[in-house]
This record gives sequence, structure tokens and C-alpha cells, in this order.
Amino acid sequence: MKQTHLTKLVAASVLALGITAGVSTSTQAAECIAPANPGGGWDFTCRSIGKIMFDIKAVDAPIQVTNMAGGGGGLAYTHVVSERADDEELIVAASSATATRLAQNAYGGMTSDQVRFLGAIGADPGVIVVAKDSPFQSLNDLLDAVKADPSKVAFAGGSAVGGFDHLKVLMALGRAGFEDITKVKYIGVDGGADAITQTIGGFTQAMTGDISEVVGFLKSGDVRILAAFTEERLPGEFGDIPTAKEQGIDVVAVNWRGLYVPKDISDEAYDKWSDALAKVAASDEWAEQMTANGLAPFTKVGGDFQGYVDGVISEIETLSKEIGVIQ
Amino acid sequence: MDTFSLLAQGFAVALTPTTLALAIAGCIIGTIVGALPGLGPSNGVAILIPLAFSLGLDATEALILMTSVYYGAMYGGRISSILLNIPGDEPALMTTLDGYPMAKAGRASDALVLSGFASFVGAMLATIGLMMLAPILAKVAYLFGPAEYFGLYLLAFSTLGGIASDNQRKAALAACIGLGIAMIGLDNSTGMGRFTGGNLHLLDGVDFLVAIVGLFAVSEVFVFIESHGKSSAIGVKLESITIPIKDIGRTFGTMLRSSFIGFIAGILPGAGASLGSFLAYVAEKAYVRDNSRFGTGDARGIAAPEAGNNAAAGGALVPMLTLGVPGSGTTAVLLALLMTLNITPGPLLFTERPDVVWGLIAALLIANVVLLILNVPMVRIFVKVLSVPPWILLPGVCMVSFVGIYSLSGSYFDLVLMILFGLLGYFLRKLNVPTVPIILGILLGNNMEDSLRRAMVISGGDWKYLFQSGISIGFWIAAVTGFLAPVFLRKIIKKPQAHVDTTPPEST
Repeated sequence: MKQTHLTKLVAASVLALGITAGVSTSTQAAECIAPANPGGGWDFTCRSIGKIMFDIKAVDAPIQVTNMAGGGGGLAYTHVVSERADDEELIVAASSATATRLAQNAYGGMTSDQVRFLGAIGADPGVIVVAKDSPFQSLNDLLDAVKADPSKVAFAGGSAVGGFDHLKVLMALGRAGFEDITKVKYIGVDGGADAITQTIGGFTQAMTGDISEVVGFLKSGDVRILAAFTEERLPGEFGDIPTAKEQGIDVVAVNWRGLYVPKDISDEAYDKWSDALAKVAASDEWAEQMTANGLAPFTKVGGDFQGYVDGVISEIETLSKEIGVIQ
Repeated sequence: MDTFSLLAQGFAVALTPTTLALAIAGCIIGTIVGALPGLGPSNGVAILIPLAFSLGLDATEALILMTSVYYGAMYGGRISSILLNIPGDEPALMTTLDGYPMAKAGRASDALVLSGFASFVGAMLATIGLMMLAPILAKVAYLFGPAEYFGLYLLAFSTLGGIASDNQRKAALAACIGLGIAMIGLDNSTGMGRFTGGNLHLLDGVDFLVAIVGLFAVSEVFVFIESHGKSSAIGVKLESITIPIKDIGRTFGTMLRSSFIGFIAGILPGAGASLGSFLAYVAEKAYVRDNSRFGTGDARGIAAPEAGNNAAAGGALVPMLTLGVPGSGTTAVLLALLMTLNITPGPLLFTERPDVVWGLIAALLIANVVLLILNVPMVRIFVKVLSVPPWILLPGVCMVSFVGIYSLSGSYFDLVLMILFGLLGYFLRKLNVPTVPIILGILLGNNMEDSLRRAMVISGGDWKYLFQSGISIGFWIAAVTGFLAPVFLRKIIKKPQAHVDTTPPEST
């Protein structure tokens, strides 16, 4: 009898091992590294883009997804830079968070020029949200209140201090002519929903986050969106949300979903991947995925995108120095 | 809104052969996952997520499978707590306090049946509570700001000393070690790394699962090696299964009170099942007139944490479903699953996706009955997994611990860390320092620190902000009372030896 129990235990472990191995082994097929655990935004990027690339025949074989969580994406970044720098069959999920962390030197000395940014094909627009009974009716009401007395207005967001949610507020205040940005009150809580809860509960006056985080609360009428940080108004049901730009605050801050590739791959391989990504961007399948996940169109592929990322990184670097997150 | 007609629709979803089979499979897997030390509900669910996707399950089916595993793990955790004195998962920690002594006294089956029944009562009441109150209770989260959370965590820490050890100084020391370890990693309030030594692996902090497995499972193996296999940590025999009707009858009030406390603890975002079982145990100990037998195998000491942690598991689903704020580690994993399935939890989930919500609730009710059957008359099957001799089981535990931790992070670094925690646990046992407060420190330390610092940011550094609501004042009073009471009470009653860390092989 005892032998059979042992067998069960072994079987259970082997099963567990098998599942793990199934996720992480790579074959000849191309690989997409999601630098986070299953379920998050980077995992979504790899899984949906990888699947669509194969479905629309932009690549020949299915793309294997590997989850490599750690260091807020830093572990995967280091891995790619130091061990896979010339792997042409490798793409890695990235987002605004990747750029923010690179700008703030959060990847242990790694820099943005150690990989090549491939492109972004969708974005979660940044928004500023207040509770439904808030006295603030427009973005400028809110920013004026901060200018009058920064200690009276606290912002909540789902990222840490110095994270992208925090920086969006600082960018908007900077454009509105508020210089003393270290006085701005910001608390980083565990995710956007938590930040909204704090704002509805009246503990903070406004929430800064991405539109996908607020959709449920918006529809239930618990919150109002003061501004979306996009170039133009959002399509469809969000069409009545004013942009920050049209309120005179020229800030475009979106949480883009995209990819980077290793630095030392050939230009042919880079072009092959950017073509494949452009095809995904144009596909109906991707349009469906974007609608289902609250993403707005935001397509920048190839050299164009590299320039955009460099610009974002330098602005974040400047702001981060001002608030003291980096030296 | 007619709850019962919605529930009937839910049962129509849940009683299809596929979903029913998934619920039963989930219950079995969950109980095993819960029973095996180191494989807690959150790694159990996390490991199974890729499986659910590869099976091509739809949203409702995947959710039913995962929540059955989740509920099952809550039941299963008690089995190894009672038989091995190693909590099968972190919420089952409190069950070791009385469960293991009772089993050692030759009443292992009574302890298992009693705790199984308590789990059933807790989970059943919580599921009914979830069904009836979720839309209303969701608003409680709006009453909890940083100051209130800080009060809540303070309460948890200041009452630690009274439960985990007979020596409050050692318990406080252990809590400080835990809090210290919690400080490693990214500082949420500034976004800077602390105490990481530039190591990227440490930037995410020390995963409490790594610490738990190290401090409990791995140190158990070290203790076993030291004893050269002469004695066994699993010195418990399981006699035939009978229903201890007297104990069940005697503890029924305990179960009802503990379910209520557990459910409330579960609803509070971030608190979760561990706090539920902990508060249920402490409250019960404080409530009953004669608590001198607590810690030595008191039936109420088994019923309270089990009803509490199962009720908290149900309660934790409330903020997860209605606000998208996970109430525990495992619900955080479930939340990730929901998002991947294109379901956005939030205030509107109950009206927009009634098929998902009510199908889930009906499945939970069914899973609960299945789990009662699996865990009371058929508990031997699971016990047999654990009743192998220690020289087979401990290497097995070790292997599953390594596999479980590796499958979560895919990082050898966590394995090394786990072994270091095993060594730490071994030496602390030698020094008779309890390890429970360390775990709670790691688990709650960051939340507590963040709450305090958020409160200070909002108030501009004014500490009076911490006492500005009735809720937070209540927590402060309870915390001070909870910390001081055991010091005075200990002079009056000799506190019984807690059993969490006191199974030195030399003495058995």
C-alpha cells in the first residue's frame, strides 16, 4: 500500500513539473517572453499578439509564451540583454511600465539602448477620475485646486510613487504651470480598483489610472472621468469624455502595449517582426481584442516607435529627477 | 432583485454534467493541494491556470474549477495541520495549535471530522452570506481608508504575542524579524528598492510562500535529519472514523461565531483567510469562560479557526467580485484569472454577467456538499497521502515544496531562499522562538507600512489622522487591550504551552 501512496505523490509532483515544463520549455518555434506571471497585461500582450500572428499566418509556427516574472520586468530584460542578445526568434512584451523603469534605472543599470523596441499596437488611455459627488467638474478645476493648496488634494493610483500613474498627474500639473511638484500628494495603492475605492470613500480626492481600470465604476455611476490623456477623443461609448488636450493641458499619456526584441539581431529579422506586428495591428482579430480589453488604437511600429520611446524615457527621467525618485 | 430565481438560474448553469465534473475534480485537487504542506491555495490555483486554458474552458467553467480548488484547499489545509503539525496552507496555521495536540492524544479522527464539519459550516454560511449580502457588503470597502487599515493590522500584530507563544517577548521578537524581512524589496511609497543589495530577485520582496515553505516544511526536514529518523514528527495514528457528535454539538456555537468573524475578515480587502482563522481563534478564546485547555487540544480551538478560515475564503470573494479588490492572496490569483477571461470584476458584474456570478455561487454550494463528503467519510483517502512513513514523506514534502516554489517563480533563487528559511526555522525552533509571527510579519508587514505611510501622505504628516474615525479608534482600543491583556492574565492563569514550535524530536 505504502508504495502506491508514494507513487501518487510522485505522480502529483511529476504532473506539477510537467505543467511547469510545458509552459517554460521552448522548441524551435519563436518565443514570446511575458516578464510577469500569467494574467497581467504583459501576459495578455504575448498571448493575444502571439496567437493572432499565427492565426493570420504572419508567422509560420505558433509562438511559445514564456512567463519570466521578477524585478518588475527587470529579470527578463537582463536575461535578454545578457544571454539572448542575438536570438532572432525572440520577442518580449513591453509597456509604458518598461519605459518608466528604464528611465528610472530600476533594471539594475540596464539602459534602453540595450534592446530594440519593435512597436506598440494598442494602448490603455490614461485618465483622471473623481467620485460622482466631487466638486471638481473639469480637469482645470482639479488642477487649480492643487495650485491653490497642494495639501488639500490627494491623488491615488495603482502604481508606486514615481510610477506612470503618478507621473501623469505631474505632467498635467507641469503643463498647467505648477512648478512645485514635490508638494503634490500621491499615494500608490495595490492596483487601480483599490485606488478608485479610496477615491469613492473620500480618502483621496482623485484617482489616476488607465481607462480599463475604471470602466466598471464608470458604468455604475460611482465615478466621473475628468479627462483622458489621448490625442483625440476615444471611439465609441467613451466619446463624451473630454481629452486633457482640449482642456488646454497638452499631455498624452497612454499605457501602450508593445514588444521589444534583442539588440543584435539582423535588420531582416527586425523587419520580419515589425511586418508581422503591423499585420496584427491591421487585423480584425486584434480590433476585437482591443474592444474587449478596453484598449484604444495606438499603432507605432519600427523606427517611429523607437523614437517615441526615447522621447518618453527622457521626459520621465527629467520628472523623476525633479521629484527625487532618481539622482 | 429576486435572489432565488437568480440562484435557480445559477443551478441550471452549475448542474450541467461538465461543470459538475469540474467542480468535483476541483474539490479533489484542491483538498490534495491544501493537504500537502507548501502547496497552498494560491500556488495550487496559480499552477492550474495554464491547465484551464489548455483545456479550452469557458469563463464560467474555468472560474468554477478554480474556486472549487480554492474551497477544497481551505478544507485540505487542516489535514496536515492536525496530523503533521505543519499547516497545509497558510490559513491552516491556527489549526495546528489545538488540532495537533488533540491528534497526539489519540483523537486524530475526531479532530479531522470535527474540523471538516466546522469547515463545512464556515464555508456554507459564507457562501450564503456572499449570495445575500455581496451587493450591500461591497460598500464596506469604502469605509476603510489608510488609517482604518493601519488600525486593523496593528490589532493583528499586537494580539500576536498572546497566541503563538507562551513568551510574549519571543513572539514580539519573531514579529519584528518578520516585519524586517517584509521591508526587503520595492518600497511602495517611493518606488525605491530597499535592502536588496542590488539583486533584482529581491526587488519583488520575499515571497511569503517561500518563507512559509522554508520555515515549516524544510525546517521539519532538518529536524528530522537531526533525529536520524529515530522518531517521527508524524507520531499520530488515525483510528476508525466516527462522528464525535458530542464535540460537534458542543462547538456549534463556536462555529457560528467564528464563521461570522471569518466572513467579515474575509471581506476586508487584503486581510484574507489567515487573518480570519486567526481572529476567530483569538476571539473564541477570549469569549469562552474556561479557556485553559486552548492549545492542548480543545475542540473549540479546532472548530474556531477552521470555520473562520473557510468563512473568510467565501468572504474574500465579495470584494474580489464586486470591487475587483482581492481579499486574499488566492483571490488575487483568481482576479488575474478573471481578467484574462475578459471578465472585469466591479460593481456591475452582478448585473452584467449574472450567468457567471450565480453559476459560481451555485457551484460553490454544490462544491461545499461534495467537500463535506470527501472530507468526512472519505477523509482516509487524503490522510493516506500523508500517512506514509516520514522517511518517505519528508523527502516527498521536500520535493513537492521545491516543485511548488519553482513552478511559481521559475527561479532557483527562491529555492535557495527557501533553504535559508529552512535553516532559520530550524535554529529558531532550537531557541524556542515561534515562527508564526514571522510569517504574519512578512504577510502583513508591507500592507501595514503602506497604510501608515499613505495615511501620513494624505494628512501631511499629522498623526492625529490615525484616530479620526470611529472604526480606527475601535481598532486602537482593541489592539492595546489585546496586547496588554495576556501579560496580566498570564499572572492569573498559567498559560498552556502552545504547540506550534514545540515538537522537539528529543522529547517524543
